[in-house]
Amino acid sequence: MTVTKAPTEPPAQQRTIRRPGDRIFAGAARGSGIFILLVLAGVAAFLISEAIPAFTASSEEIPGGEGLGDYVWPLIAGTLLGAVIALLVATPLAVGIALYVTYYAPRRIATALGYVIDLLAAIPSVVYGFWGLAVLAKQLVPFHEWLDDTLGFIPFFAGPASTTGRTMLTVGLVLAVMILPIISAIAREVFGQAPALHREAALALGATRWEMIRMAVLPYGKSGVIAGAMLGLGRALGETMAVAIILSGGAGATLNVISNSSPSTIASNIALRFPEATGLGVNTLIASGLVLFVITLAVNMLARWVVNRRADFSGAN
Amino acid sequence: MSTDTQAAPPAATPQEGPVRVQRKLPRYAPFGLFAGGVAVGAALSALTGFSVISTVVYGVVLGTVAVYAASRAVEGRRKATDRLVTSLVTTAFGIAMVPLVSLVWTVLDNGLARFDGQFFSNSMYRVVGEGGGAYHAVLGTLIITALATAISVPIGLMAAIYLVEYGTGRLKKAITFFVDVMTGIPSIVAGLFAFALFTLLFGNDFRAGVMGAVALSVLMIPVVVRSCEEVLKLVPNELREASYALGVPKWRTVMKVVLPTAVAGLGTGITLAVARVVGETAPLLITVGLITGTNLNPFDGRMATLPVFAYYQLTQPGVNEQAFLDRAWTAALLLIILVMALNVVARLISRFFAPTTGR
Repeated sequence: MTVTKAPTEPPAQQRTIRRPGDRIFAGAARGSGIFILLVLAGVAAFLISEAIPAFTASSEEIPGGEGLGDYVWPLIAGTLLGAVIALLVATPLAVGIALYVTYYAPRRIATALGYVIDLLAAIPSVVYGFWGLAVLAKQLVPFHEWLDDTLGFIPFFAGPASTTGRTMLTVGLVLAVMILPIISAIAREVFGQAPALHREAALALGATRWEMIRMAVLPYGKSGVIAGAMLGLGRALGETMAVAIILSGGAGATLNVISNSSPSTIASNIALRFPEATGLGVNTLIASGLVLFVITLAVNMLARWVVNRRADFSGAN
Repeated sequence: MSTDTQAAPPAATPQEGPVRVQRKLPRYAPFGLFAGGVAVGAALSALTGFSVISTVVYGVVLGTVAVYAASRAVEGRRKATDRLVTSLVTTAFGIAMVPLVSLVWTVLDNGLARFDGQFFSNSMYRVVGEGGGAYHAVLGTLIITALATAISVPIGLMAAIYLVEYGTGRLKKAITFFVDVMTGIPSIVAGLFAFALFTLLFGNDFRAGVMGAVALSVLMIPVVVRSCEEVLKLVPNELREASYALGVPKWRTVMKVVLPTAVAGLGTGITLAVARVVGETAPLLITVGLITGTNLNPFDGRMATLPVFAYYQLTQPGVNEQAFLDRAWTAALLLIILVMALNVVARLISRFFAPTTGR
């Protein structure tokens, strides 16, 4: 064993002379990469360590006095409800915008229009909260009443309609505006990458522009749109300030999106209660944050998996 | 491009053979029909009490229907569907513009009231009603953001260098994947992480600007890694190989050849990353908090930051409510200006520092 190994080693050492500078630099680069993985693991570890007191405490000690499950469940419901509304509104709009920018807008201004949509992503979430509270909520009050009157038989619109507009519906629409640029950016990218040969072949066969898009672009971009929607979902689930400012949260899980009684979301509940929380209250909020972290992590990992699978696929093309 | 190819051929063979002649609407007919629909919509809106919103909604719906119906009658089903989708897609873009314009207008309208010298020169120390300003909050935001940048850029840049220049195999795959996943961490969770970290290290009551900086770094590092990685990938391999051929060690090649070539893109990416975190509120709200006075030491005590300042001015107004609301909107306006300025700077960097490519 040692005999066979001995001859192979010296030449290898002679060939690659590793200078100390090289070793330090490579080590620092590698260390930074590993450090990022450690940070992510650290986020999970520190949240768990601070959440454990809330998991082990008896249910009377948890704020609300009904135990951790009853405390977190309405918040989870509120979080999901707001995010789903946002997703339902934003996805079709974002696909439309992406198609407009990639295939309908005049070539010369298309890039500029893309920047304009990206501006929506640049606006801080607290400013969205201000706008939602001061403008959108007031404008939507008649819409709330109309929904209550005409669609009141559906549980979502059971009413009574809010007179302030500070409801889950308004929150969902603001979140939709906030995730619009995320979904449309990814959709734009995949639509733009649709193979030119397929598109030109469709047009050459006499397809109209819409038929070309339906047959050559949409099938190609479908998984990209799904991944973009899931990234948007992740953002909507974790959005804090806009929800905290707009929603006048009630208690208890409810599907009703137009009354004042819809539950808060996990993130906004933390933002509202954390500054004044003490003792076990802090641990409870961190535990709810852990739940949010797990949900968003799962959604994001799934989205990235879909994106990466598609990247492999298109690379083979 | 595509419209040209569609417009040219039909005139060639009129009414000969089995090929059906395709009838087309005149070029400006759709615009005329759409305008007609909008006009009817305005009339309808006037009947039910005029408002801009109902005019636009009725007008767009009626205009779209008019174009579809006319096209259906003249050009047939396929063309009509095509025109319908064109209208829908354009409308989608228009809908997205509404919140942007409305938001910028509202913030300008409300924020300009207190956009004066006092806002930038005074803090909120011993201010209960009118007056006061965000001097302390502006400085706090600058300090904490600078600290977050100082933490994030070296780590993010080195990690990007690792991914592009050194990384192989599973570690590279893992880092790429988890950096992508990290971009989706909710900002409030980053804040909770910083809180939990410093609570374990320094006890329950510790509050300092550096907590906020750490929280922002968690959000900023993945953005820096992603943008730097994209830019470093664009550096042509020939440059690296030329450098190696001259006997330059790898680390000096990276420092002296790769990074200078990519400096414009790196600057753009880092500036955009700063723009992303400068408006973050939630993590600062739960770590750094807010004070009324000026604290310039990020390692001891609470600090004021612009987004948190804006939030508390709006949600917890004091006796003179209007004064608090005015300050809140001005702070929001300042935030938007800050973020937009960073975005513009980012574009300027990529324009002026772009490497001169000798073709």
